[in-house]
Amino acid sequence: MIRVQQEDFDMGMELAKLTKNNYKIGGLTSFVGLVRDITAPEKISSMTLEHYPGMTEKQLEHIDSIAHQRWHLEASLIIHRYGKLDLGDQIVLVACASAHREEAFEACHFLIDWLKTKAPFWKLEETASGSKWVEAIHADKDAADRWSSE
Amino acid sequence: MKLLYFAWVRTNLGVSEESVDVPSGINDVRTLLNWLINRGESYKAAFSDPSLIRVAVNQEYVDLDHAITAGDEIAFFPPVTGG
Repeated sequence: MIRVQQEDFDMGMELAKLTKNNYKIGGLTSFVGLVRDITAPEKISSMTLEHYPGMTEKQLEHIDSIAHQRWHLEASLIIHRYGKLDLGDQIVLVACASAHREEAFEACHFLIDWLKTKAPFWKLEETASGSKWVEAIHADKDAADRWSSE
Repeated sequence: MKLLYFAWVRTNLGVSEESVDVPSGINDVRTLLNWLINRGESYKAAFSDPSLIRVAVNQEYVDLDHAITAGDEIAFFPPVTGG
């Protein structure tokens, strides 16, 4: 399941909903991405996430379906926010539930690595001296590529 | 065709979307980019290095050789930075 939204999410509530009444689930993993301050010595005052409505959902659905083909998952969830966010705010939640922990861990790691290079989101950082588009980093692509060479 | 621009491509061009009628002969992403470059200085600056640009046709990633037709939705944007 995927969701693209402006509003914040309650991780505990989302995870409880994801596993409710499914007693085949033996392991649940989750990853939450937060807005951090990376522009030292300048402080970010806020961040705006732009996305491509329509394509974002398509890409996330696609990535989610690949995870379900590669691992035995009982349930999965991706929530990605857009719009204006402050330091420390939650940006993204990825959660995977499976009978066993290995599948849940691997699928969760795969999903966050892949969405970072495939889902059409762009971060604009606002600082005291103006705003700046965040540049893609090569390490993110390497992290995603790792999953295709296995 | 409908053209969409995101992130710095959008802010540099000053437009988020536009409908264009392209001359015959513009039949793939590469020829479209070359045509766009000639539309003005801001287009030239945004598109002269295609390695900085990602392209989606009808919301799927494509490469520069991908064929395009009049009814397509074509988006240009920098490498993504979500997550």
